[in-house]
Amino acid sequence: MRGFILVLLATLSLAAQAIDTEAAFTDPTLQARYDHLIHELRCVQCQNQSIADSPVGLASDLRREVKELIGRGSTDVEIERFMTDRYGDFVLYDPPLTPRTYLLWGAPVLLLMLTLGIAARVIVRRSKAPLESEPEDPA
Amino acid sequence: MWRYFVPAAAFVALGGVLAFALVRIGSGHLDVHEIKSPLLGKAAPAFALPSVADPAKRVDSRNLAGHAYLLNVWGTWCAACEEEHPALISIAQSGGVPLIGIDWRDNREEAVRYLAQRGNPYQEVGSDEDGRAAIEWGVYGAPETFLVAANGRVLVKHIGPLTGDVWKQKFVPLLAAAGGK
Repeated sequence: MRGFILVLLATLSLAAQAIDTEAAFTDPTLQARYDHLIHELRCVQCQNQSIADSPVGLASDLRREVKELIGRGSTDVEIERFMTDRYGDFVLYDPPLTPRTYLLWGAPVLLLMLTLGIAARVIVRRSKAPLESEPEDPA
Repeated sequence: MWRYFVPAAAFVALGGVLAFALVRIGSGHLDVHEIKSPLLGKAAPAFALPSVADPAKRVDSRNLAGHAYLLNVWGTWCAACEEEHPALISIAQSGGVPLIGIDWRDNREEAVRYLAQRGNPYQEVGSDEDGRAAIEWGVYGAPETFLVAANGRVLVKHIGPLTGDVWKQKFVPLLAAAGGK
């Protein structure tokens, strides 16, 4: 089983490396930022792949853009801003917290509170109700 | 009574929402892959691209300032662009608003041949071989068509073939506001 998982992981990382054959940067910190960013940006043309994994032309254009922006000294936030100014929030895999996404981010909390509320009501009602299986008082 | 009614009502309501969305998708009114452009209402991006007709010349957005224009992003590799080509030609013939082309990630010679064969609806076509202008416009799938108003703001973006119906419904009502004739 462990061997199987290792093989699986190895294949997955191969797939992730398959598009860029050469490293974009020789500096490992810049390369790490580059790798992180291209995995955070969605290929809007194919929509279910990051630009790191997508073979389409637009994804390679956007990787080139990320590389150039890092080279020019842009911060990660500036690069994400460059992308969302042009393609909208959808280009980010991690959507930002804005008035438009409050419901998206708040939904798990709302659902949890709703479930807890229902559970509490049920528990309170059942604990007040007489137990049907309680043995009859013989007296 | 309530313990059955509430879940049943919730189920029917959810089913209703999903059915409504499916019908809208089926009828083509809702495209789940379409991304609303953040450019709408904002200033159109500037561009200066070598002209497909004559690479020594530039198609420069500064020369378009003060006039409404249509910007159509296409490529000879794009089947849906061929599909909309007749509609583009009739829009150009109607003469309401000039049509500017961006030939996206394409080969210039092929673009020249394509336009010679099928007719050229464009006032000018810029060659965007490295795709940089397309990124500025947030283009992700050709064909895409933008209407830019005389004040330089983007009024509409249409993704996919520009058919006669789309033209009438989405673009024509805005032409007067755009400052086109």
